[in-house]
Order: sequence, then structure tokens, then C-alpha cells
Amino acid sequence: MTATDIHRAIDAIFRIESARLIAGLARIVRDVGLAEELAQDALVIALEQWPRLGVPDKPGAWLMAAAKHRAIDLLRRRALLDRKHEEVGRELGARQELAAPDLDAASDQDVGDDLLRLMFVSCHPILSTEAHVALTLRLLGGLTTEEIARAFLVPEPTIAQRIVRAKRTLAEARVPFEVPRGAGLAARLSSVLEVLYLVFNEGYSATAGDDWMRPALCEDALRLGRILAELVTHEAEVHGLVALMEIQASRSAARIGPLGQPVLLLDQDRARWNHVLVRRGLAALERAEALGGARGPYTLQAAIAACHARARTPEETDWARIAGLYDALARVAPSPVVELNRAVAVAMASGPAAGLELADALTSEPSLRAYHLLPSVRGDLLAKLGRFDEARAEFERAASLTRNRRERELLLERAAACAHGLAPPKAR
Amino acid sequence: MRFMMLMIPKGYEKAAPGVMPDARAVAAMMKYNESLQKAGVLLALDGLHPPSMGARVSFPGGKPKVTDGPFAEAKEVLGGYWMIQVKSKEEAIEWAKRCPASDNEVIEVRQVQEMSDFPADVQKAAARFPELQAKSGQRRKS
Repeated sequence: MTATDIHRAIDAIFRIESARLIAGLARIVRDVGLAEELAQDALVIALEQWPRLGVPDKPGAWLMAAAKHRAIDLLRRRALLDRKHEEVGRELGARQELAAPDLDAASDQDVGDDLLRLMFVSCHPILSTEAHVALTLRLLGGLTTEEIARAFLVPEPTIAQRIVRAKRTLAEARVPFEVPRGAGLAARLSSVLEVLYLVFNEGYSATAGDDWMRPALCEDALRLGRILAELVTHEAEVHGLVALMEIQASRSAARIGPLGQPVLLLDQDRARWNHVLVRRGLAALERAEALGGARGPYTLQAAIAACHARARTPEETDWARIAGLYDALARVAPSPVVELNRAVAVAMASGPAAGLELADALTSEPSLRAYHLLPSVRGDLLAKLGRFDEARAEFERAASLTRNRRERELLLERAAACAHGLAPPKAR
Repeated sequence: MRFMMLMIPKGYEKAAPGVMPDARAVAAMMKYNESLQKAGVLLALDGLHPPSMGARVSFPGGKPKVTDGPFAEAKEVLGGYWMIQVKSKEEAIEWAKRCPASDNEVIEVRQVQEMSDFPADVQKAAARFPELQAKSGQRRKS
């Protein structure tokens, strides 16, 4: 193995191990920021030693042992400076003696609990949503600050700053490293789910920039969702979110045309959907529904996505069922965006005029004033009704509102087709 | 990116029909499968019955010819596979290294081709194929 090969192998190992490492260390030192620094230190030691000594048989255990040694050194030094840390140092020493020498001895249950705690702390309400996203990707996704910055089109120092500040906030507020109990759990869990879905969506339909999708972000969110579903098996919404992400991700290849342009759901070549992901999504949805209870917003959205996934052709889509699911969604999570989607489903089930009526009712909605999909949907329905002039104006308005270049091009193309009195072109 | 980890157990090419691995090996393998699942990287996995229960279809002169297993000429056969989703080939290799495999087993790590890996002309040619499939499917239905 060349030095480069070993470095790449170390990167891969660190990606696999870092979340478990940080989570395990955070339990011992009770400080997520310190835990992350210790994990980084262990990585640096590995980068120094492994090229000479070879990669150890149990790299995860090796990294954990190295990080613990660093922790003891560090806490002893600090204890000399600051009596407050003495206690922490003693606790660490005790745990060190008690703890078995390698990570394998820690049961899967313990490792899982630590990971779950790390997820909850990263999404703690004391932090902003931006900080939740950055911390989750850094601590649990194992992404570098540079990777996070690139994914969100933000300068690297901004992300680095955001992470440093978030870690400081957690330490200053002495946020406990624990899974919330009782009534608090549901709210905190929904914040974790929201962060994962936000990351997924940023990858699935990038809000800005030149690319319509950034698939790596989708994969990261999906991986974290799958991990969470193994840890919190009894919460329907966790499986609902995983189902939603699996099914949406199954369309990735089909929703980009050969020139990088977006291809809308009904125009997609369904043979290009990833059927492994479809199957996984449907299975996750089944798990969510088997848990019973009222269906939450993610499970309902997954059920809608599943209706599309089950239809072999667009014509086979069960629009009446989808409209009913949007009704249910509008009850549990009412929002103008849900209403807009309901309008589309109703249009497909009962004709464009019925859908347009619902969409028109949304034009006075302040929160949709700058939302490009409202004029885009209205343009589509107007064109179907043969009202091409109005349709063109709507598509042009939609194009002026989107920040994504690929989407803008598609909308302008549809506007141009309306100008010729033609039905808008298929997006393919 | 997606990778297949292809399990190639030496000797499986000669295994009798219905042969099953011993319970201890299965238990260790289950634990490994779980670790892939818990890490969120596992997409799919399957184990295969031995070739003695299968068949090979070859095409001498362009015509299909069926040979029942076992296959005398086969030196290596598949015993099963995992499909995983990871960031790099190195990560896939790292997962393969963690498999509790025995002396006689080899894991081949291969990247799954994505449509975007193909040059534009191949993509275009391939894109026509599902279209044709969909059309023939519709005709069958009506």
C-alpha cells in the first residue's frame, strides 16, 4: 500500500468510526465539543502511525483507546489548572479502569444509546436550525467542514465558525448528554427528523445554485435516517421519514434529464427508478403503519410517495387516494404548501378546474407570495384548460421566483410553449 | 455510490444440493449483517443455493443451451452478495474486511454501474430500452 492508499483507507475507517467514537467519548467526558476534538486527535495519531505500523486489526477500538489516552492526559493537565475538573478527571480515571480495553466489549446497545444521545444533543433546541444541520453532518455524518460548506454553498470559515459556536453554546449551557424522556421526547425527536429531512431536501431539490440535485447530501441524510430507525424502532414517524426519503431517492436518476435539466414526476421514465430503494421505502412505510396510531406528517407523505411508486405508469396513479391522503395531511400539518399539493391531486382526480379553484384560493396567501411552485402549478392547470396567455404569465412569474437555474430554464421553456398556444412541453 | 460485495466460497462449486452453512458461521454472519444495517449502509443482501441446484444457460452460436449444475468447469462460484451504499471504494473495502469470513472465502468488491457512469451516447441508447419495455407492457395490458 502506498502512503496515499493508506491515507484513503484511514479516511474511510474514520468515516465509519467517527460517530461511534465521538458518541462514546461524549458519554465519558460529558462534552460533545471536547469529544469531537479527542476523536480528531486520535485521527491525527492514526495518520502518523498507521503508514509505518500498518492498519490495526480493530481500527475502531484502536482509535477509541488513543482518544481515551489523550482525554486522560488532557483532563489531568486541566485538573492541575482548575480544581473543578478534578472531579471529571477522577470519573474518567474510574471509568477507564472499569471500561474494557476495546470497543468490542461495549455492547451494541451501549453504542446505540450513545449515538442516539449524540443525535439529540446535535439537534438541541438551544441551537439554531443551521447549527443543527452543521453539527449533525459533522458529528454523525462524519463530513468535514469543507464538505458541509460545499454542500450548502457556504464559505468554509462560516461552517467552521457555526460548529465552534454551537459546541461552545452546548458546553456553556451544560446541556446533558442524554436522550430526553417523557413528554419532551416527541418534540425533540421531531426536531431530529426535521433536520434529517432538511438535509435530504437540500440535496434533493437544491434551493440555490446550478445543480438541480446534490445526491451526496441525500445519501448522507438517508444513511442517518436508517441509523436512527435502527435505534428508535417504536416511533412510526421515524420509519415514515425513512420511507419518504427512500422512495424519493429512488427517483434520483430519473428526475435529471441528459442535459442536467429537471424531469417532473409524471414525465419520469419509471424504469429508471431504483427499485431496491422503492422496495425499501415500501417496507419502511409498512413498519410505520404497523406501529398503528394516527399517521403523522412523514408517514402520510410517504404514503403519498408510495402511491406514485406503486403505479407502473402515470395513468395508473390512484389520484383519488392521493387527494384523500393530502386531506389527512392538511389536518395534521396544515400549511399552504400542503394545500397547493392537494390542489394538484384534486386536479388530477377531478379535473383541472377543480384543482385551479383550490390553487386560486392560495394566491392571497402571504407565505406563498415568493414561492415559485404556486404560479408554476397555476400555469400548468391554466394551460390544461386552454387558457394559454394566463398560463404563460404564470410560468414567467414562477421562473422569476426560483433561485435554481435548471428549474428557471424549464419554466421559461414552458412559458415559451404557451406563447405558441401549445400545451407546455414534457420536461424530458 | 453503490458497491456489491460478492461472496465467493471456495468449494461451493462442488457443494451438494441443499447444503447449508453451520449455525455458528450463520450467527457470526448475522451479527455482521446487523452491523451493516445499523451503520445505515446496507441496501440489500441475499445468499444463494449451491450451483448443483441451479443451471447455466450458454449461447453457442447464438442459441441458448441449458446445462444443469454442478458445473464441472467452474472454479469460482457465488455464494451470495451484499449491496451497500458508501462514499468510496475504500469504505466498501473497509466493510468487506470486517466480514467474519473463513479461510476458504473471498469477497470481491465491485462498484455498481450508474447511468451517469456511461458516456452520453450509451446513455441515449440505454434510455430507449425502458421506453420500449413500457410500450410493450402497455400493449400486453390492453
